[in-house]
Amino acid sequence: MPDSHAVDQPHPVEHPHPTAGTYIRVAIILTVLTVLEVGVFYVPAFHPVLVPVLLTLSAIKFAIVVMFYMHLKMDNKFFTLLFGGPLLLAGAVMLGLMFLFGVLTLGR
Amino acid sequence: MSHAAPPAHYTSMGLDSRKMGFWAFIGSECLLFGSLISTYLVYQGRSVAGPTPSQILNIPVTSISTFDLLMSSLWMVLALAAVQRGDMKWAKIWLLGVAIGGTIFLGFQFYEFSSFVREGLTMQANLFGCTFFILTGTHGAHVTVGVLWMLTLWVRALQGKLGPQHAMTVEIAGLYWHFVDVVWIVIFTLVYLLHK
Repeated sequence: MPDSHAVDQPHPVEHPHPTAGTYIRVAIILTVLTVLEVGVFYVPAFHPVLVPVLLTLSAIKFAIVVMFYMHLKMDNKFFTLLFGGPLLLAGAVMLGLMFLFGVLTLGR
Repeated sequence: MSHAAPPAHYTSMGLDSRKMGFWAFIGSECLLFGSLISTYLVYQGRSVAGPTPSQILNIPVTSISTFDLLMSSLWMVLALAAVQRGDMKWAKIWLLGVAIGGTIFLGFQFYEFSSFVREGLTMQANLFGCTFFILTGTHGAHVTVGVLWMLTLWVRALQGKLGPQHAMTVEIAGLYWHFVDVVWIVIFTLVYLLHK
């Protein structure tokens, strides 16, 4: 009788990771973005647009670490789903609570 | 001599079951930190007594600790790359570097917390103190776990019990470390740079 388990055994799916050079370039970009964040915080001219600028820089840093250091850019998309689903849910809960408590408002 | 790696179990999609389980865990951690950050933001600016964030937060010092944590993430991926190519000498160096980087971050946090307490900010002082210490303290607890994890891997590498066949073990530890880093990226912006 054939071993059905051996036939059904899935093949491992491995994706190549970035090189050390890519990791170092990513670190340089992250450092520049962090310096920009702190710089923007101290420059009064940026204060009217401080919130969108800082949120954008933070989101870019977040995405870069997740894509390159956590390998989501190269890995199976199911991992992105496992991470992105709860992340979106957490963001929705955060926005919901902020509207509920009046931190954010629509219109007046 | 390196010990044999535990047999890998793959899901029907061909994915390593340990890695998939760990990504699910990280997803649950998103919800934990999402709730803590939400609580901080909801109560931001509603303290009826001081000290307030603008009076007490030390941006230059926290910027240095943020940079330290970012660099430890670089050392973590370099440790993983070294393990994957079997260069255990550099793997040990980078793993120890990550643990030291995490310990330096915790040192900055201890300095920050103790100086805040001296200036009158405790968990009971006001809403800011309560939500701030819970959020950053929970993150600090995660960093502590990460440091202990890295030291464990480092000791295993010193004992010759960590080799290229354990690359997935190091990769999963790295996922945890990088998650702790991205949480700090969010906290640094929302709590420190966008304070009211």
